[in-house]
Amino acid sequence: MNNQQKDHILNFFEKGIRFDGRKLDEYRKIKVEKGFSGNAEGSARVTIGDTIVLAGVKLSVGEPYPDTPDKGTMMINAELMPLSSPDFEPGPPAIQAIEIARVVDRGIRESGAIDTKKLCIKKEEKAWSVLIDICTLNEGGNLLDASALAVVAALQDTKMPSYNGKTVDYKKKTKETLPLNLKKMPTSCTVSKIGNYFIVDPTSEEEKKVEARLTIEVEEDGTLCALQKGGDKPLTAEDIDKMVGIGIEKSKELRKFL
Amino acid sequence: MGKLLVEDKTIVTPGEELAEGMDFLPAEGTFRDKDKIISSGLGLINVNGRVIKTIPVAGRYIPEKGDTIIAKVTNILMSGWILDIDSAYSAVLSVKEAKDFIRRDADLTRYYNIGDYIVTNIVMVTSQRLVDASMKDPGMRKLIGGRIIKVNSHKVPRIIGKRGSMVSMIKQATDCSITVGQNGLVWINGSPENEIIVVETIKKIEQEAHISGLTDRIKTFLEKKTNKKINIEKVE
Amino acid sequence: MSYTKRNDGRKFDETRSIEAKAGVIKRADGSAYFKMGKTVAYVAVYGPREIHPKFLQNPKKGKLRCYYNMMPFSSMGDRVRPGANRRAKEIAMVTEKALLPVVNLNDFPNSVVDVFIELPQTDAGTRCAGICAASMALADAGIPMNGMVAAVSMGRVDDKLVVDLDYSEESYEDGTVADIPIAIVSGTEEISLLQMDGELSRDELKQSIEIVKKACSKIDKIQRDALKKKYEVKNE
Repeated sequence: MNNQQKDHILNFFEKGIRFDGRKLDEYRKIKVEKGFSGNAEGSARVTIGDTIVLAGVKLSVGEPYPDTPDKGTMMINAELMPLSSPDFEPGPPAIQAIEIARVVDRGIRESGAIDTKKLCIKKEEKAWSVLIDICTLNEGGNLLDASALAVVAALQDTKMPSYNGKTVDYKKKTKETLPLNLKKMPTSCTVSKIGNYFIVDPTSEEEKKVEARLTIEVEEDGTLCALQKGGDKPLTAEDIDKMVGIGIEKSKELRKFL
Repeated sequence: MGKLLVEDKTIVTPGEELAEGMDFLPAEGTFRDKDKIISSGLGLINVNGRVIKTIPVAGRYIPEKGDTIIAKVTNILMSGWILDIDSAYSAVLSVKEAKDFIRRDADLTRYYNIGDYIVTNIVMVTSQRLVDASMKDPGMRKLIGGRIIKVNSHKVPRIIGKRGSMVSMIKQATDCSITVGQNGLVWINGSPENEIIVVETIKKIEQEAHISGLTDRIKTFLEKKTNKKINIEKVE
Repeated sequence: MSYTKRNDGRKFDETRSIEAKAGVIKRADGSAYFKMGKTVAYVAVYGPREIHPKFLQNPKKGKLRCYYNMMPFSSMGDRVRPGANRRAKEIAMVTEKALLPVVNLNDFPNSVVDVFIELPQTDAGTRCAGICAASMALADAGIPMNGMVAAVSMGRVDDKLVVDLDYSEESYEDGTVADIPIAIVSGTEEISLLQMDGELSRDELKQSIEIVKKACSKIDKIQRDALKKKYEVKNE
């Protein structure tokens, strides 16, 4: 980005506001709608400002992984849909999409938010597979946090389909939910550094000026369950501690939406 | 005999029948099909006597000779600069059309570098949409500082106003420097609080451009936001 | 046993309930949401914009390029593996042909108008919902158009001709089924999409086209109302 424009945004930060009038640690308006899809086993649509992300959960029965024969499996895939931005092209997932999927995956996997043992149907032979897909609808900045929130909300929305031991009947949904550990469900807050300032929830315009960012995923009690540093510039240890502090603080607000 | 089928100054959709009868004359945004005048896109219908036209309300910027625009430098060649003008077509600013005289072996990045925003004129658009720009006119310059926002290029006339009256009103109320490009890029420079008011005002004009009484509504809006009384006579 | 009553109680010439909205994706130049029963389509239009790769450029006029995709969680049943497949490519192509008659890209040589169709939820009739939404999105983007396109799937279930097949009818097992998606151009009522899957008599085809013309005329009104609704002022 042009240096003069970066200086200009720092003028704003000095006064504690951003181009859209928000405070540095303020999220845009967040909306979480669960169950937008009648066909998915679980779904959620998250809006943060102008950013809109959809997440859907499909369940199927398959073989557990050989190294975890008594557990169900989970897979998260993300796509930056060309529909959501003039900068996204059709084709296999871009590296940005892969990063979103893997970071969100780590948060859920490492926290143990899904009790995968309870997803086992018959040891070594059959277990539920939780297949989660993230699809962006409008790119307005901060896709990662929006995606993470959408995935957790979709998991909460999920109802198990009927299974008679042989086939899954998707048309018959039971009232049974996924075996989730709600206290462990992570919320994601990405803190970005521009100059010497830290902001949360950047718009697409702000994202272009971000020098470094840290995504912090937090469980209900403040335990960190995933971290990802991004951006071209390095961070000091002090920066990281400050950013983690902001992340933990913000996650309390985000958790209210679940 | 002719009959208008829709109300004047309303939004019409592609292929919609606007009038019937041979009395009417189809102008921009409309065409004649037998005895009917039909809209050739989404627009605001404008009836002036017997002439019916539609004013586009949406669509990307199409470069036109004579337009003053804000462009971003995206590439530097031996002979000049390639500009992103927020259109399907990029523009070329050749070395001899830059604002100042530049020696043959000069480093072009010292004048306009990649990522810089400039105010420039469009001097030629060929049938294949090759676009030539020039900065020879007064007022053309590189933009320093400030911020750039994007608006619908079709709303620019309303944002500028008759003889610049609308944008002057905003400048007066907020003490900000504002440059509006015909291509929908707007440069704003002032104090943070005032810049935010400028952006809100421009977005409001964008949304309500097709509704009459705009100038008064914007005047009231600005006075409320800035706690200042706006003197219309002072606005040139 | 012949098909005497539709699974969801609709009349034979009745479409499912329709919801349409324009301008739902802010980043896009034009966009629309179209819901027909449980089938939901989002369409975003970007363009006219520069075309890549360059060899696809047409120096005489702009190119229309469509993409169709069902989101992985969109269908009742197994997850749909993401990625372009042959069915999606064929649907994209016939969608493009369905829209071309109304679109005028003569003013945009060497550029492209990209149309992205995404379905978060499907219950048959996806290509038709996609075409309806795409027509709206193109208008919303200010693309010059001399009409709009509406589409709906006609079906023959057993011996009955029914409008807007849902998945349960498409997969009807107690008799034979023919699935006939048809797109109609507004104004001229010409057919820009016609496909057929199953068996059908010549007479049934003729009847189907007439029934679809009526259904599409209703859809056309819904599309236009949605486009105009976007410009209504919301009173603060």
